[in-house]
Amino acid sequence: MTTTTLSFIRKEMTPPQPAPSSEVGVWHWVRTKLFPTPKDTVLTVLAIAFLAYILPPLIDWLFIHAAWTGTSRVACLTVAQGGALPNDQSGACWPFISAKFNQIIFGRYPLEERWRPILVMVMFVLLLIPMLMPKAPLKGWNAITLFLILPFVSFFLLLGGRFGLAPVETQLWGGLMVTLILSFFGITVSLPVGIVLALGRRSNLPVIKMLCVVFIEVIRGIPLITVLFMASIMLPLFMPDGWTFDKFLRALVGVSLFASAYMAEVIRGGLQAIPKGQFEGADSLGLGYWQKIRLVIMPQALKLVIPGIVNTFIGLFKDTSLVSIIGMFDLLGIVTLNQADANWATPVTPVTGYVFAGFVFWLFCFGMSRYSLFMERHLDTGHKK
Amino acid sequence: MKKTLLSAAVGAAILGAASAASAGTLQDVKAKGFVTCGVSQGIPGFSNPDDKGEWSGIDVDYCRGIAAAVFGDAKKAKFVALSSKDRFPALQSGEVDVLTRNTTWTISRDTSLGFNFRTVNYYDGQGFIVKKSLNVKSALELSGAAVCVQQGTTTELNLADYFKANNLQYNPVVFEKEADATSAYDAGRCDVYTTDQSGLYAIRLKMKAPDENVVLPEVISKEPLGPAVRQGDDQWFDVVSWVHYAMVNAEELGITSKNVDEMKAKGGPDIKRMLGSEEGTKIGTDLGLTNDWAYNIVKLVGNYGEVFERTVGPNTPLKIQRGLNALWNKGGLQYAPPIR
Repeated sequence: MTTTTLSFIRKEMTPPQPAPSSEVGVWHWVRTKLFPTPKDTVLTVLAIAFLAYILPPLIDWLFIHAAWTGTSRVACLTVAQGGALPNDQSGACWPFISAKFNQIIFGRYPLEERWRPILVMVMFVLLLIPMLMPKAPLKGWNAITLFLILPFVSFFLLLGGRFGLAPVETQLWGGLMVTLILSFFGITVSLPVGIVLALGRRSNLPVIKMLCVVFIEVIRGIPLITVLFMASIMLPLFMPDGWTFDKFLRALVGVSLFASAYMAEVIRGGLQAIPKGQFEGADSLGLGYWQKIRLVIMPQALKLVIPGIVNTFIGLFKDTSLVSIIGMFDLLGIVTLNQADANWATPVTPVTGYVFAGFVFWLFCFGMSRYSLFMERHLDTGHKK
Repeated sequence: MKKTLLSAAVGAAILGAASAASAGTLQDVKAKGFVTCGVSQGIPGFSNPDDKGEWSGIDVDYCRGIAAAVFGDAKKAKFVALSSKDRFPALQSGEVDVLTRNTTWTISRDTSLGFNFRTVNYYDGQGFIVKKSLNVKSALELSGAAVCVQQGTTTELNLADYFKANNLQYNPVVFEKEADATSAYDAGRCDVYTTDQSGLYAIRLKMKAPDENVVLPEVISKEPLGPAVRQGDDQWFDVVSWVHYAMVNAEELGITSKNVDEMKAKGGPDIKRMLGSEEGTKIGTDLGLTNDWAYNIVKLVGNYGEVFERTVGPNTPLKIQRGLNALWNKGGLQYAPPIR
């Protein structure tokens, strides 16, 4: 008998069944993410109640009842205040922002010279974007142009007085431009200086170690505001007559010193997390000190402290608003300065100004924060969880 | 506040000698090609930026008048924004050539701080604004009130004096910026806001319900606001003072920025003398300027009345009447010595 009955062998995979309706879809997400346990349910309900409480008036104030067009304060006033809006209505005064927008970006930089900050901005963005993309080519050249050449070019371009450009003194700089210049400069300086200080603090050479410790501890021990005050009020009194030390330069130096000291401690934290074996391993390969640091230690240490570094950058970005103390008008300073314009004096102008300034600050800080998360994931090489 | 004044005074005493030793400010200003004026960090109508980012206000126009007199170009004025605390060190250190930052002329500022005052470009007085709901009719009923006030000003000192003299208690709530003090008052952080009356006009612009606030009748101080220069430089002091006098005289003589050319050619002898078209006049050169200094001021900036109308007058949002700042022959205090 040649017929053989083969036992049943399935030739193809069972077609996948759709997941049970309780495990997919919106309902599943809601059930598992929002209401999995009674405690979570309570929290969810509270959160939704909070949002319901806070969001409608906020949206109403920001958009629905806001004034959008106009050329003076009247556009944002209610009938009782001498305007045309209904009495019970109060919303943001956006025409104030649009009337002052150029000032908020450029400060009091002369109108006919505004192409200069715009050009600097364009160059900055064009160089920054490839710098931020891990896969873009020519990283080395890119970094050199962005961090070494661009600052000099922008310095001459913005300040003028050379190459046939009209001089524009820093007194006239202001707005977002000042905020960005200060923080970019601070960030560019603080990372390398911070690395050097952190290494110095762990050095075996007592003099170097002491210098670094003194620098870090002194700078960290004084509030930035005190240093700016000293620089703006006391310094001119001690200087010979006619000698002025540009205010903007004072702010640049102050901000960078501070950021460097904080950065040094962040990086030292990273260095401490590197096991001793890494140092010894590098030594046993015959690497010199700088090779060891550059090839073995720093790549690991810096990666570990990305959150701390970005924290410092974000703090630095926001600290730049302290320069309004010394009569420089950064983003926030220019907004408060313009609140004194009688043509725009309304009850809602100050709040509108602050909300707008806050939003711009948030945009930049959020951008930095998201980019740092991206870098963390990109550089992740298995230290996670 | 007293501490700040005191420390500024001590600073001035120590360092006054160093800064007073400089050559004439007028020469310095001419050499550098512009005049540097200290202005506020935003006081509506006195010094505030407009939509283009240019400074405007009555103090700013004073400074432009100085630039017009010295250079024949009102644009050769640079402005340094100073907080009320920073303004005196900035003048002492020479960071600014003249302080046109609605600063009250007081004896201690004139003497121990080492400044000179002579002209008053705005006569002000300190007043109170309160919420109507408090039912207060007089400042004497303000015992126990929380009072919003700006730091480092004579306002703060007057307030202390007034309450002490009348045996009243109060809680000062101090702010560095005028804008912060006013919004705090409007938000109900304090019961009373006190500042110069010009400031009370400004705060009304920012109120949610201007009609629910009343200005109390008491004016508790004299606040003559004028420019300050460093002591020991009489020539510069003269230039700064006569800029104001030229503007007041121009208004008195009916010279405006519009008719100044006509007046220069056809006006009476006193007008010609002032505008420098008199034969062989030495008035301007004796001042260290050119003889058309007053012409330039009126032509490029305007007379006192024009400046007042343009910056704080009834047609601006501030709507301030001339009051004490009317000319002496119209019931006010603005009086200028003759130019002859």
